[in-house]
Amino acid sequence: MGQIVGVPKEVREGEARVALTPETATRIQKLGYSLRVEAGAGAAANFSDEDYRAAGVEVVDGARALWEGSDIVMKVREPEMHPSEGVHETELLKEGGKLISFIWPAQNEELMSQLAARKPSAVLAMDMVPRISRAQKLDALSSMANIAGYRAVIEASNNFGRFFTGQVTAAGKVPPAKVLVIGAGVAGLAAIGAARGLGAIVRSFDVRPEVAEQIESMGAEFLMLDFEEAAGTEGGYAKPSSPEFREKQLELFREQAPDVDIVITTALIPGRPAPKLWLEDMVKAMKPGSVIVDLAAERGGNCDLTVPDQKIVTDNGVTVVGYTDFPSRMATQSSQLYGTNLRHMLDDLTPEKDGQPNVNMEDVVIRGSTVIEHGEITFPPPPVSVSAPAKPAAKKPEISPEERARLDEEAARKSGVFQMQMLGVGAVLMLLVGSVAPASFMQHFIVFVLAVFVGFQVIWNVSHALHTPLMAVTNAISSIIILGALLQIGGSTGLVVILAALSVLMASVNIFGGFLVTRRMLAMFQKS
Amino acid sequence: MSIGVVQAAYVVASVLFILSLGGLSNQESAKRGIWYGIVGMAIAVLATIIGPEVDSNIGILIAMVALGGVAGWYVANKVEMTQMPELVAGFHSLVGLAAVFIGLNADFEYRAVEMMTEAEKAGLTGFAATLAKKSAVEISIMQVEIFLGVFIGAITFTGSVIAYGKLAGKLDGKPLILPARHLLNIGMAAACLILLFIYMSGGGVWTMVLMAIIAGVIGAHLIMAIGGADMPVVVSMLNSYSGWAAAAIGFTLGNDLLIVTGALVGSSGAILSYIMCRAMNRHFVSVILGGFGGEAQSSGQAVEGEMIATDSDTVAQQLEDADEVIIVPGYGLAVAQAQSSVSELTRRLRAKGKTVRFAIHPVAGRLPGHMNVLLAEAKVPYDIVLEMDEINDDFPQTDVAIIIGANDIVNPAAQDDPGSPIAGMPVLEVWKAKNVIVSKRGRGTGYSGIENPLFFKDNTRMLYGDAKDSLDKLLQQMS
Repeated sequence: MGQIVGVPKEVREGEARVALTPETATRIQKLGYSLRVEAGAGAAANFSDEDYRAAGVEVVDGARALWEGSDIVMKVREPEMHPSEGVHETELLKEGGKLISFIWPAQNEELMSQLAARKPSAVLAMDMVPRISRAQKLDALSSMANIAGYRAVIEASNNFGRFFTGQVTAAGKVPPAKVLVIGAGVAGLAAIGAARGLGAIVRSFDVRPEVAEQIESMGAEFLMLDFEEAAGTEGGYAKPSSPEFREKQLELFREQAPDVDIVITTALIPGRPAPKLWLEDMVKAMKPGSVIVDLAAERGGNCDLTVPDQKIVTDNGVTVVGYTDFPSRMATQSSQLYGTNLRHMLDDLTPEKDGQPNVNMEDVVIRGSTVIEHGEITFPPPPVSVSAPAKPAAKKPEISPEERARLDEEAARKSGVFQMQMLGVGAVLMLLVGSVAPASFMQHFIVFVLAVFVGFQVIWNVSHALHTPLMAVTNAISSIIILGALLQIGGSTGLVVILAALSVLMASVNIFGGFLVTRRMLAMFQKS
Repeated sequence: MSIGVVQAAYVVASVLFILSLGGLSNQESAKRGIWYGIVGMAIAVLATIIGPEVDSNIGILIAMVALGGVAGWYVANKVEMTQMPELVAGFHSLVGLAAVFIGLNADFEYRAVEMMTEAEKAGLTGFAATLAKKSAVEISIMQVEIFLGVFIGAITFTGSVIAYGKLAGKLDGKPLILPARHLLNIGMAAACLILLFIYMSGGGVWTMVLMAIIAGVIGAHLIMAIGGADMPVVVSMLNSYSGWAAAAIGFTLGNDLLIVTGALVGSSGAILSYIMCRAMNRHFVSVILGGFGGEAQSSGQAVEGEMIATDSDTVAQQLEDADEVIIVPGYGLAVAQAQSSVSELTRRLRAKGKTVRFAIHPVAGRLPGHMNVLLAEAKVPYDIVLEMDEINDDFPQTDVAIIIGANDIVNPAAQDDPGSPIAGMPVLEVWKAKNVIVSKRGRGTGYSGIENPLFFKDNTRMLYGDAKDSLDKLLQQMS
């Protein structure tokens, strides 16, 4: 019997997401697990208890009962004080149990020691999944960031008094909105995509020059910073930049401030407060009615004026949105994506599909995510190297049309000359042969040469797809050699007759076998 | 029947053979073309038997034809389509051996006729009578022809036997590289030439037999030195040789039909070899002399990154979301016998309204056109099976490209890395597709032994395991 996976209702106020959806439930059951969910857990994300029951999930009343009866608990938010039960969620975790959720181990040292004290068999942090290609399917940060980026544009539009798309109407011309997206990570790119989809003009900036291509592929303009510094990456995220670089960057933003209508900031550096990029003077320079959406609000915000969890309007009429719960605002979608990330995590943990998780610390993905194993803190994991440095592509020299024409002509001339030479050599050889060979030989020789030419002409037209039948059929007709044996079978000595008879035998095998197998093959070729 | 009528029959047979080969230009006319070939062969054989030159031992003859016919019929019906390469190689060996026998016979007959008196010669019939009428120059030309026929025949015979053994897995597929093998071949060829002179100046039958044996060794040694993936070239080359052997025998016997047919077959094999070599960007001579990559400058670029494994579940999802799918089969498909699973996959995807096509590299498999036959056997419609040149430009618009058991023919190093041993070889540009799924047994390199950077690309996922198992699992995941 497989282990029991339990999903409690989230306790954070306003958190609407849930770690299990009916769709992921059926998939997780295929891995051999039994599933339980706390009553009402999915209500805020529009999944009813009935939906879960229909998917074969047991619905349990009360958080305590759920935590107690589950070998593995899957959550969205890190454990915190349970308001109705009056205990911290870590206290509910079974000894020897497993917990999979967001943990943020670097920021929550106290939580980590509390968790470790419960002696769980493993705690896996979905926020610690290494950013390598293989782990993309369980990268919950990316899927949440994607939603946040989209939602940020929707919130901006909600607070913006104009169209995003430019229009020419009978009532006058409407210019398109100009959107600036700072930080082109997953959230930034999603925001670019959403804003472009609404018809806005989008510009974007990122400290990593290598993302320029991605920005442009989403249809935004990349704001180039003329500065010599490789702001490389560390584990797939941006790292802090030098003061000179920062000055240049702010200068660029100051130029943009009076021009843009919407600013969406997504700049985060792992393990640090969010960098301040949109300063007070830039907000002052913006037009009234402009909107700033700060996706880094939870970590202090990229904008000076951001108030976390709130929307404020400045004196000059600029709205600054500092919500920190964008994914939760689209709970159905984000639960689906997060649930799928969790399912993939379980998939990786259960290679045998027998409902018995195997925390294989040799696997980089599992190693990276596991922050506590057998009551011991295993965070931070050893570093994983991510992207190979991009090599500058060696460009082939472009060939102009004239050059190409000239080359073609030259090639044609060369092949013409070659053909002439071959014909010349051939003619000389023919003359040499003709001068010594008797007439009877020359007659056969003419036939031979002509047959070779006919053969070349005919075979070039054979379709590539029919090369195997061609070989089989030429094989059959090359057994025409049987005629030689037939002529000799009436020979004068016994040896001659025996050899001739054997030749007839072999050639017949070939004739019948070759033609029959070709027929068999050709009959198989069918048109759709 | 007079000799004139027999000649007329030969003309008809030649025309029918040409039409038969010409019919192979497309699948529908090919089905008709094969009948031209059968009728042509029947006319030629019957005309010869009824004709004036064959008058005795008809009983033996019919018995042999019947026996051979039954054997051929049995083999043709029993053979698996995956075994076509070895079947074709096996058939070639028979033509080669028959050519050797017929050549030796011609020599025996000629010696017998030479012993006869004028009176006896007058009473001769059949081939012996033709011999008796030859002048001295004609006799020496004929001797060269016999010699050539036997020489080519013997090489074809042993070469085909070795090729058969390698293709059927009875011999090690790796090239056998003897030290000084080129010298060895040259030495043996020179020995044959010397034997020719001894033979021409009145040497006995032993010269001919010894030469046949040496030629046999050359054939075996040549093919031993050629590795598995060069087999398409080898098989088409042997096909060509069997034709030239027939033509040489035709000269010996003064039979135009043999000459015409031999020339047709010979040129056909030569063209196939040429096409195969061009598809591998290799010189015919270097293929024939064997040993792949021995003189390559570098072992290719070191490849950075990692191979990323995927599972059938994910692939099923990707296919579900795709509109354009291209499948690239290779020899691994034949090894795993996965053609019917591929066909089922194709059928289901097409039923969902997705465009599914196949891209065939000219040297995919162990025989020219091998993949086409396998797919046809599995009832994949031939109009969605396309050649490299027809489909290569379509990869950028493709959502998913599935590579099944192919490696070198999809290696981007052929285009990107001038130091690679396969640099310049035309390849299928699968890496331009949005997603690439590679079904492969393990992490090993291809036949040429070079790393394939395709496997390390960001849009490539590896589906490890036997191709048939992987596809069957995939089918389970798909509704």
